[in-house]
Amino acid sequence: MREMIISELSQALHELVKGFAHFLPRLIVMLILAFVGWVIAYVAKVVLRSVLRLIKFDRLSENAGASQLLTKAALPSATEMLSRFVFWVVWLGFILLGVSVLGILGLQEQIARFFLFLPRLFVAMFIMFFGLLAASFFSRATLLAAVNANVPSPRVLSLAVRSIIIVFVLSIVFEELGLAEQTMLVAFGIAFGALMFGLAIAFGVGGRGLAQRFLEKRFVRGRKEEKEENEDELSPL
Amino acid sequence: MKLAEESYLTDDFLRQLINVGEVDILVGLPTHNNAKTIRSIVQTIQSGILRGFPRERAVIINADGGSRDGTPELVTGISIDDVRRASNPYALRTLHSISTKYASSPASEVAFRTILAAAELLRAKACVVMSPESANIEPEWLSKLLRPIYRDGFDLVTPTYRRHKLEGLLITNFVYPMTRALYGLRIREAYSQEFGFSGRLGSQFLEQNVWNDGSGETGVDLRFTLAAITGRYRICQSFLGEKDHVERRAADLVPALRQTAGALFSALDPDFPVWSAVAGSETVPTTGSDREVLLAPARVNRKRLREMFSTGVAELESVFQSILSPSTLAELQRIAGTGEEEFHYPAELWVRTVYEFAAAYQKSVISRDHIIQALAPLFRGRVFTFLMENRNASADDVENNIEGLCLEFERLKPYLLQMWKSRE
Repeated sequence: MREMIISELSQALHELVKGFAHFLPRLIVMLILAFVGWVIAYVAKVVLRSVLRLIKFDRLSENAGASQLLTKAALPSATEMLSRFVFWVVWLGFILLGVSVLGILGLQEQIARFFLFLPRLFVAMFIMFFGLLAASFFSRATLLAAVNANVPSPRVLSLAVRSIIIVFVLSIVFEELGLAEQTMLVAFGIAFGALMFGLAIAFGVGGRGLAQRFLEKRFVRGRKEEKEENEDELSPL
Repeated sequence: MKLAEESYLTDDFLRQLINVGEVDILVGLPTHNNAKTIRSIVQTIQSGILRGFPRERAVIINADGGSRDGTPELVTGISIDDVRRASNPYALRTLHSISTKYASSPASEVAFRTILAAAELLRAKACVVMSPESANIEPEWLSKLLRPIYRDGFDLVTPTYRRHKLEGLLITNFVYPMTRALYGLRIREAYSQEFGFSGRLGSQFLEQNVWNDGSGETGVDLRFTLAAITGRYRICQSFLGEKDHVERRAADLVPALRQTAGALFSALDPDFPVWSAVAGSETVPTTGSDREVLLAPARVNRKRLREMFSTGVAELESVFQSILSPSTLAELQRIAGTGEEEFHYPAELWVRTVYEFAAAYQKSVISRDHIIQALAPLFRGRVFTFLMENRNASADDVENNIEGLCLEFERLKPYLLQMWKSRE
């Protein structure tokens, strides 16, 4: 009986040692991959940060309005954020590669899905950034044109342009990420439809007088008033 | 003949130029739907050439930007015989008129480039560009703009005019003081639609990079004057007479700012070695008066000017935060809040505003065109103050006020230099 217990224990211990001996090289490989990944990720971060500073990415981000959002959320600058993002993506990629070496069942599929998701994440970020840039540019262009044309409520016009562009961009980003596609599609349809309907009502009911004055000015008294307006203005050159 | 010129001059135009041969005098006439005025202008030009240069070989080059009212046909169809009988029956030379359509829409830089290329190909000694809109052009204007080049060896002749005290305020409150302070020459009309130039200056400018780097897209006339200054060419001014245009438009301010402020700001970077070394300013040789002021009453909507300034300062705060220093912006906001009687946009603040805009343009803190557009409401505020200051002013008082502004631009030049050097 005693010998039997010792034998079973020895065999279990042997199996354990054998299993550990089999697992240890994989663990070491994983740790090496994690370390190498950390070094590569760190180098990538430093290089990217230098390149972004060289091309003055923070100024571009400021123009896009992204910097203001980051400041409000107490986050670091756009350059720092992007550098850190790349660092974590690269390092996480290596760690997951190391984990896959361990051969744990079920993890392989998840890791493969993560790597397939990465390009879509990058594209979504790209669309988001340039979408914000376009929203900022066109809203500012609208604001300046409205102010110089003496149009009432220029800031409301500018905000409307910015909102429409951002809504478009967000819908594209979510579609690209594959997150709640149906919900986003319905939400976008409802939001955009409501916006257009609201504008139609606002212009139709609230702006009836304005529309009347515009049409009268354009087709009835246009020439006379334009002439009077020009007489009041000085020739700049 | 250069390959570069062949690419933007049509074959038909080149053929006509070859038929003309070499010329002494070239008159450039950029047009776009100017049928109303072009007949009298061409006849005046013909008369001016027959009277002033009867023995010289001359040509009129019409660069048309796609007119749909028959302007080019009018230019080439006007007979010189009527003018010859009235002006100088003993004129010896044939006067050619050539028209070319450079594009289907107007572009002043392409029109000017076409004229310069034609001048180079025809080896013109003296050239003049005339505005197709001048309602009161006189035949003597040709001689006044060409003679200093043809006879006295000058390279650029800019005009001076008799103007109403409230006309051309962008010139008197911005272009003249700033070019004078930065480039050191007191040229009254550095931006003008009428000017004379020598063939060698035209050829030198034609070779410059200004056509390729995008900076020549607006305000090429001003860039031409600045190129003459930086190239140390001989420059003089010639008094032409009263300046008047066919029509005035309220919406002209932003395009006018693009042509002046845009051109001047974009020239500052390449010209930095020149203007950074200039201190003070000096006069240029002038034939006749360097400026005459008309004092007739003018109807101006002052209330609208002030309102557009105040609205602009309030609505464009986020834009100005990127362009102006906090102290300048705070001062503008204070002024925008004052009533009509207390409203005063002082010269010093206007100069600081302009210099900060120039530095922001250089740094491209936002889109450069947006920077230029943002200057419009502030310029209206400055115009309002100018109107109030000169409401009952005499011609001398107006001149003194402009001179004071010029000196302020010169005094604060180190401020611009300081911003320029700290841009990195």
